[in-house]
Amino acid sequence: MSGGVGGPELEPVIGLEIHVQLLTATKMFCSCGLSFGEPPNTRTCPVCLGLPGTLPTVNERAIHFGLMIGLALGCELAPRSIFHRKNYFYPDLPKGYQISQYDEPLCRGGELSGVRIHRVHLEEDAAKLTHAGGGGRIHGSSQSVVDFNRGGTPLVEIVTEPDVRSPGQAREWLQLLRATLRRLGVSNVNMDEGSLRCDANVSVRPAGSQALGTKTELKNMNSFRFLERGVHAEIARQRALIAAGGTVEQETLHYDPTTDRITSLRSKEEAHDYRYFPEPDLIPIAITPAMLDAAQAAMPELPAARAQRLRASLDLSPESAHQLGFRTDLGDFFEAAVVHTEHAQALANWVTGELVRHLGDGDPADSPLEPPALAALVDLVAAREVTQKAAKEVLEELVATGGDPRAIVADRGLGALGEGDQLAGVVAGAIAANPDAAAKIRAGNAKAIGAIIGAVMRETKGRADGGEVTRLVHEQLAAE
Amino acid sequence: MTEDRAALIGLSALEATRRLAAGELGASDLFAAYRERAAADELNAFTWVAGEAPAAAASTGTPLGGVPLAVKDLFATEGVPSQAGSRILEGYRPPYTATVVHRLAAAGAPLLGKTNQDEFAMGSSCENSAFGPVLNPWDPARVPGGSSGGSAAAVAAGLAPWALGTDTGGSIRQPAALCGIVGLKPTYGAVSRYGMIAFASSLDQAGPFARDVTDAALLLRHMVGERDACDSTSLSFPEEIALPDRTRLDGVRLGVPSELSGEGIEPGVLAAFAATLEHARELGATVETCTLPHAAHGLSAYYVLAPAECSSNLARFDGVRYGLRADGAGDLLSMYTRTRHDGFGAEVKRRIMLGTYALSSGYYDAYYGRAQRVRTKIADDFRQAFAAFDFIVTPTSPAVAFPLGAKLDDPLAMYLNDFCTVPMSLAGIPAISIPNGMAEPPEGGPTLPTGFQIAGPAFSENRILGAAHALERVLDFDSSRVRG
Amino acid sequence: MIDREEVLHVARLARLELSESEVERMTGELSKVLESIDKINELDLAGVPPTSHVVEVSNALRPDEPRPSLPREVALAAAPQVVGGGFAVPSPQA
Ligand SMILES: [Mg+2]
Ligand SMILES: [Zn+2]
Repeated sequence: MSGGVGGPELEPVIGLEIHVQLLTATKMFCSCGLSFGEPPNTRTCPVCLGLPGTLPTVNERAIHFGLMIGLALGCELAPRSIFHRKNYFYPDLPKGYQISQYDEPLCRGGELSGVRIHRVHLEEDAAKLTHAGGGGRIHGSSQSVVDFNRGGTPLVEIVTEPDVRSPGQAREWLQLLRATLRRLGVSNVNMDEGSLRCDANVSVRPAGSQALGTKTELKNMNSFRFLERGVHAEIARQRALIAAGGTVEQETLHYDPTTDRITSLRSKEEAHDYRYFPEPDLIPIAITPAMLDAAQAAMPELPAARAQRLRASLDLSPESAHQLGFRTDLGDFFEAAVVHTEHAQALANWVTGELVRHLGDGDPADSPLEPPALAALVDLVAAREVTQKAAKEVLEELVATGGDPRAIVADRGLGALGEGDQLAGVVAGAIAANPDAAAKIRAGNAKAIGAIIGAVMRETKGRADGGEVTRLVHEQLAAE
Repeated sequence: MTEDRAALIGLSALEATRRLAAGELGASDLFAAYRERAAADELNAFTWVAGEAPAAAASTGTPLGGVPLAVKDLFATEGVPSQAGSRILEGYRPPYTATVVHRLAAAGAPLLGKTNQDEFAMGSSCENSAFGPVLNPWDPARVPGGSSGGSAAAVAAGLAPWALGTDTGGSIRQPAALCGIVGLKPTYGAVSRYGMIAFASSLDQAGPFARDVTDAALLLRHMVGERDACDSTSLSFPEEIALPDRTRLDGVRLGVPSELSGEGIEPGVLAAFAATLEHARELGATVETCTLPHAAHGLSAYYVLAPAECSSNLARFDGVRYGLRADGAGDLLSMYTRTRHDGFGAEVKRRIMLGTYALSSGYYDAYYGRAQRVRTKIADDFRQAFAAFDFIVTPTSPAVAFPLGAKLDDPLAMYLNDFCTVPMSLAGIPAISIPNGMAEPPEGGPTLPTGFQIAGPAFSENRILGAAHALERVLDFDSSRVRG
Repeated sequence: MIDREEVLHVARLARLELSESEVERMTGELSKVLESIDKINELDLAGVPPTSHVVEVSNALRPDEPRPSLPREVALAAAPQVVGGGFAVPSPQA
């Protein structure tokens, strides 16, 4: 797509704002346990209901997780940071302000995969507002009901610089961020459940320009696909608007994935004035050496680094290394298995291919399959003792009930038919049964061999190695 | 019987604890005596009085032994109305109790009743209560001061042996002065704020009202201690509060800031102040004029910072979870605006407006930012003064108790009541007001109590109480007649 | 100084309905108070840091250990209106 006729190419400039619910035991500023679908208003206390006279206290682990995220993103950790109040009225905000951070956040700067981080700060989540009637839609219902279970859940807000240049890059980068946060163990990072939420700031500008165009804020796209499609739609909308001689207005927008349409989210009746000021009920956070040590000690190897290491040390393909680096459970299973086999790439293919086909998002560590068993199976295939097809059957059984692959092969007679007489006899039989095909092969039509191989495979129930069968067919025909 | 009760009421809290401990006095009898008086309150000092005495066993073996306590309405008390003097909280009974009330109950000071106050502690006369004004026991046509006027009037009139108040810019010290009793604002952070319905978080501090300095020390002893894990701004008190025994002031250096002891102070109040300084000299103190160059700007800074914080603190009163919701509001916006219109009184609205304005876009630096810097300067002024002086002393209130309604329509005149007390609040330092003799009001007529303020560095409460004790002995203020 | 328009704007931010006479009165009173407060503009405060807390302490963090929440009927006890176990309000965009 291009700009207006004769106009310059318009390049997208995208920044992301991500909210992540932290997986602490308690809320950000009170001792209520976090809520995972409990009945409404059963996870509240005087503090998170905003009762008169109550005061917030900062969750130690939320700070710890914030520091880990800062370290993972290469941020500068502020020696001293403070909380601010962000004042506005809404029924899901019990105190009439959100405790957040403003000009002295926990972390600043940083970078992940070429996208610079502007800041990382801590705040509290709002409660859940359900609109009674009207099918849960905002419009057309006169009453809403507030459930404060979610109110006060610790949130980390991550804001990037406008360094993203395409909708696809936005999706990929967010997936990398999710993998990184999941590896840190600080959040469930689940977009469906709202523990990972993403807004995008989108603008366009003439390619090569350094100036930033007017940006719009695209709210809460609740899947990776919708993020990509939403940003794509907004870029298209801005380009079309400019091509038609219009100008982009700064506003907050909502993307509707069912219609692919973008609508203005808030009426412009009132500009926000959040009246930020330092939260007088809290004192500054000053990172102590002990806090920093604890965060550093808790840092696991991060996905990008793991992928890099697997490529370098095991010579894996970039795709395999990426998949194993970015899915911690697969990477861990792979590394537990790879010490038992010489065939690292083959093992990687089995883990990221057939194993994922069976388990989906499930953790292989939770299945009966043991890492050494998968390594043994890979070795059997490499030694041509089991065909690919038979090995898949073996894996299916291993995933279902565990066990030793050699025993399964022996029990079920799945061993490959080798160069012995048995296979030669089957091939001879197949040639005899398909004289037309044999004649065509002799006449130089190599494709005709398919019929004979097919017959052999039917007869051996797939236990024959395809290459060996081909060799035997040619050998026997030449010998005639 | 009646005489017995009168004798009970005449006991100081300390004497009462001693007799309770010795078994010469029953906690239930003492409670009943005060309960009866509080229930018959004609000053409108109480908004709620306990129905019956708590089980006597609850106080057995406690340090305070069951001496009942009056508590300002804005402390949250479980199951008991906690309305902060506001219509927006009328009838509200919280599901929890403020830390300091809890600590005092555990130490043997059970809840006698809740006392009337200016709405959300905003005021200096107790006329800003949704539940009617409190009357001054020295002259019921006059105000008791505020905002903790109900607590001050109750203690002065012998409706309670002692009481809890809160002080944001003078709300303990000024009513103590106007009612002729002792009131102490501790170091900011010394007493937990958890459960105190907030006015201005960075300034609010709970403190004791008592008939004499010793009782104030005794009550304070059980208010401070280990920091409260529920209040991030609370601090452990570095030592135990001792019962003061000082009788001399030899070598004590008193600084009298010129900025807070001249212009704007009633002549009668100044005369009483001068007389007390003379007493101090006789006890061996040196008295010198000093300077707090930015103190005169204290009120301006205060009337930015306190309203700004209150505008945010009072945003939670929105008609959603508790308190008033205006009838018939169809949409969300009118539910908010009408609930808050109906629920808040004039002074609260004024301060919410002032604070919202001061924080709003384009004005933050000019108001809030500057006020915070003035605060820094005022704290520096005190630091420098304390290098040369042990204490800073001033009249507590520039005026004696004024007639009801006299300043109600003039916010600026009302705000001037805090002129001498606000600088200490901004600096977060402790200060006491002790009865300082009587003075004639400017318009003439019977004399009324005045207060003498002693301020010291952070955590100097023991020293302040000692100096106050020495002065109290020689001032020999007699308040027994207002206890009826 | 504050004018009528600003008073109305601030009242809206603060979610306060003001009657016509209150707007009038508030405009006058706030102007007077602001005029008095404006005296702090005479001070030279260049380089002076702002004070949020008089005592410089930090952290006071709370261990991440859950405590029991309130029973729902207690949480809802003071609510002006309850629907289906929640706090009912007029819908934000009705
Ligand atoms: Mg946020
Ligand atoms: Zn809670």
